[in-house]
Amino acid sequence: MMTDKSTIQLSAIATARSGDKGNHANIGVVAFTKTGFDYLREQLTEEEVAKAFASLNPSKIERYELPKVWALNFVLYNALGGGAGKSLQIDTQGKLLGTAILEIELPKPPNLEDMTQDGRTDP
Amino acid sequence: MTIRIANGAGFLGDNLDAPRRLVESAEVDYLTLEYLAELTMSILASIRAKNPGGGFASDFVEVLSILCPGLKQQQQLKIVTNAGGVNPMSCAKAAASILVAAGLDDEPIGVVAGDDILPRLGELQSAGCRFENLETGQPLAEVSEQIVAANVYLGAKPICDALMDDARFVITGRVADACLTVGPAMKQFGWQWDDWNKLAAATVAGHLIECGAQVTGGYSTLWDQYDLSDVGYPIAELSADGGCVITKPMGTGGAVNRQTVVEQLVYEIGDPAHYLTPDVDVDFTTVEVQASEYDRVNVLGATGAPAPDNYKVSLAFRSGYTASGQLLVYGHDCVEKARKCSQIVFERLKCVGVDLAATNTEVLGAGTRFSSSHSNAKEVVLRLTVQDPRRETVVRFTKEIAPLITSGPAGLAGYAAGRSRVMPAFTYWPCLVPKELIEAQVEVRTAKEWAAYDD
Repeated sequence: MMTDKSTIQLSAIATARSGDKGNHANIGVVAFTKTGFDYLREQLTEEEVAKAFASLNPSKIERYELPKVWALNFVLYNALGGGAGKSLQIDTQGKLLGTAILEIELPKPPNLEDMTQDGRTDP
Repeated sequence: MTIRIANGAGFLGDNLDAPRRLVESAEVDYLTLEYLAELTMSILASIRAKNPGGGFASDFVEVLSILCPGLKQQQQLKIVTNAGGVNPMSCAKAAASILVAAGLDDEPIGVVAGDDILPRLGELQSAGCRFENLETGQPLAEVSEQIVAANVYLGAKPICDALMDDARFVITGRVADACLTVGPAMKQFGWQWDDWNKLAAATVAGHLIECGAQVTGGYSTLWDQYDLSDVGYPIAELSADGGCVITKPMGTGGAVNRQTVVEQLVYEIGDPAHYLTPDVDVDFTTVEVQASEYDRVNVLGATGAPAPDNYKVSLAFRSGYTASGQLLVYGHDCVEKARKCSQIVFERLKCVGVDLAATNTEVLGAGTRFSSSHSNAKEVVLRLTVQDPRRETVVRFTKEIAPLITSGPAGLAGYAAGRSRVMPAFTYWPCLVPKELIEAQVEVRTAKEWAAYDD
């Protein structure tokens, strides 16, 4: 998943899922390991996510942490063109955002092997 | 003591054979079937407006007829579903006819109603309920459009009550999705309604299984690691101490691991420290998961705080009509050509005086959805979508796409499906209502009685 020597794609160290609540979208990002989660806490900021989804023009982005399950939750307010009942976009419910967030590029961490799926210790 | 609660449907439109495959491959105590979403309620309400006997999830009736042999073999199996939609009574009658035809005349069906406050909106507003929009604070009185649906998200109590009255089937209207699991847990374990941590544990279990295969590897970004063609639907094994294991039937596809469970834990949530249901305010940040062995994940540590004083209301009003048309555009210059086609369509409409309230042009396949980088696509699908209060205006739009075949650029295809359908559009209006103004109704009768019931 490495695009060049100095960066990685988020997909190398996490999975993600997105959905809707009315006109708001949420994106949950789940790190493979605790080390990866600590890295995301530092690197995957609200600003970084705002840059990636600028085209959706959200009114606000909020990040929440779930440290015990190594997950971050991003809420993108008013990002869905009015919500499922009236959005004119094909992705009425923000289903694509989970896949799209994994394309974000982050600086390659020196201990990358402790963050990948292969670096996990549990099943 | 442990109970096994499975989910065989995560939305209206989910796999019709999943519930049967589930009960054939695993013995469970409860099968939950979840059919409702914000938009689904509006659609079901529109159906009921045309047909007073409609407005429920008719998929459930089909599923039930497939399940009848299993129900005869597995005496312990109970079904809890929100298939009632905006018309739980009619749903119960339809379900009862299926059961009677299968010789299951004496099976008790419980109906949970009282969530539908559409007929009560005037009365409740007079009682001081302003139904202010949770996002904007605007009171409902300022909305002049036609309200099509107004349903309270009820809690687990009426489901539990129906089960206490020996219902084998519980059919509800709008309840919070997780309550389909919380109700059975409360009945089985006799937990107190202010035992917030137990309610939280059951709510987390319900939240994890309510979307069917989404917790067993479905919709995973690691899709290439799982065999999803025969994906197993989820089972939550709940214990009296609030412990929970998420698993799936042996030998089925998909997976249950730390990743699949946490992906679903964070699905469609806001602040994880306050996941609100009518029964409890759950803190997801205290939840831990342990993948113990293959396809079994322990979920523990959920904590809860007292439930909110208000019920959330799912309310929607009509926002005119919408339609969407698509064309395949081919060529090295397809993106540019697609944009030109869009421009031609809307200019032609303008020339005949058709001015649409809202339009949207998407070039699917260009790969520029989230960035403005240059596209190298060789073919794209042009998707034009419009919305307008006037039906005839939207109908006129649907007639303007096909003419491009002879009067637009070369390299277009995909007209064979004909003109696109004009659909109603809805605006969702999230709001609250004080709990003391709402009373859930529970009615348990045998299938034979429901089949003969005349309301």
